[in-house]
Amino acid sequence: MEIVVAESLVKEYDSFRAVDGIDFNINRAECFGFLGPNGAGKTTVMRLIHCFMPPTSGILKVFGLDVRQYPSEIKARIGVMPQENNLDPDLSVMENLIVYARYFGIKKKEAIKRAEGLLDFVGLYDRVGTNVEELSGGMKRRLVLARALLNEPELLILDEPTTGLDPLSRRQVWEMIRAEQTKGRTLILTTHYMEEAQLLCSRVTIMDSGRIAATGSPEELMNEYGGSLEDVYLKLTGKRLVEATGEAIREGEGGL
Amino acid sequence: MINIKRAISVWLRNFTVYKKLYKSSMVLNFVEPALYLIAFGIGLSAYLKEINGIPYIKFIAPGIVASSSAFAATYECTYGTYVRMHYQKTFDAILATPVGLNDLIAGEILWGATKSLIYGTIIISVISMAGLVDSWSILLSIPFVFISGILFSEISVITAALVPGIDSFNYFYTLFMTPLFLFSGIFFPLDGLPEIVKDLAFFNPLYHMVEIVRTFSSGKTGFSLSHIIWLIVACLFLIRLPFNLMRRRIIK
Repeated sequence: MEIVVAESLVKEYDSFRAVDGIDFNINRAECFGFLGPNGAGKTTVMRLIHCFMPPTSGILKVFGLDVRQYPSEIKARIGVMPQENNLDPDLSVMENLIVYARYFGIKKKEAIKRAEGLLDFVGLYDRVGTNVEELSGGMKRRLVLARALLNEPELLILDEPTTGLDPLSRRQVWEMIRAEQTKGRTLILTTHYMEEAQLLCSRVTIMDSGRIAATGSPEELMNEYGGSLEDVYLKLTGKRLVEATGEAIREGEGGL
Repeated sequence: MINIKRAISVWLRNFTVYKKLYKSSMVLNFVEPALYLIAFGIGLSAYLKEINGIPYIKFIAPGIVASSSAFAATYECTYGTYVRMHYQKTFDAILATPVGLNDLIAGEILWGATKSLIYGTIIISVISMAGLVDSWSILLSIPFVFISGILFSEISVITAALVPGIDSFNYFYTLFMTPLFLFSGIFFPLDGLPEIVKDLAFFNPLYHMVEIVRTFSSGKTGFSLSHIIWLIVACLFLIRLPFNLMRRRIIK
């Protein structure tokens, strides 16, 4: 069954076309990756799917529901791990989760129960009372993941889940994402790390300047275009992904 | 459409943060009204015994209730709202949940009005204990502290939706809030001023609020009704703007 269906999807900001007429289907229980450099339109697609803003034109259905008509119904069934850690800096780890659960109408008792389970899962159980500002980058990321799982979402959106993390933290987050995969959740992931895409995604789509260059499983793409996923990307977009990830490498964060 | 439960979840978020931080901010918020009462009420009393037969410090005390509560709502929904929207990305986090933009903005405005209510109520208690209030009917001004809080929150959210950056609030405070404050009848009756100032005062929400609190504080009845109607009409008149302007700003 298709969880997300997009046809001729367009999003314009003023006169700039961030998403330029794309089509894709995302099936239940798969991990679907959007690959591309910054500015390719990946985050815009994520924001359209979780109903942050309406599309300019085209069709976009999530769980079979039109994003323009049923944003709250759709959002209730989605978990979002945004690119930026938008945690509440004044609140503790547990308070962050309780406050967030309330937006979904989850009662406090149930919220605490779920939060404890999730903090255990992301390895932050001993940090319940810690102020989030005292957490390391990797811990904040894991807390954002726990927060995205509070409503037990059918669809989990991970917008660059490991950007800016050190290799160890990155591996920890990957393990947690894989664990969610085995629970039968549908995952959508954006990344500019080939390794991440290859490790986690059953299918990837390569985006460039708001358009889709190719879609398929990493193996299919590599067979069709030859070489590594990195080479496929270079052939399709004329760009090297290293340029996009250069920032991360310069910061000594390992990268590829 | 506003979903009340979801708006309240936003209100509760702000309340949760406030509960953690109020100890550090609370005291500071009372320094200003206390300073006005001391500086003008006591300092100026030496030269200006009374206005309209009321001892000067008693004359200004109800005005301080009106202005401090209005400023509490205003700070909350200018700087507070802007930080949540722009710097902390709290709005982005909230909008990824079933909470919609209208619920979010309603929650912000209700919270701003709640801040007005908190400060207004506490200052009413303080001036009552200090013997600056003649009548128990001052308690009747509490609901209007909330309504004035809604109005000032609306104005502030509108401003937060329009400013290019956080520094622009300086213009709002210097060119809008300060004149409202000075020409609201808190420190001197507007009767003696040129006609044009009196006419402009009609458009000053703080002027109406000062009149409401002052009337209730004195125990007299009569003139409040027109001011009460003015406040409510102004609230309703502006109500769509904060929602529409914020939608335009946040959701591109």
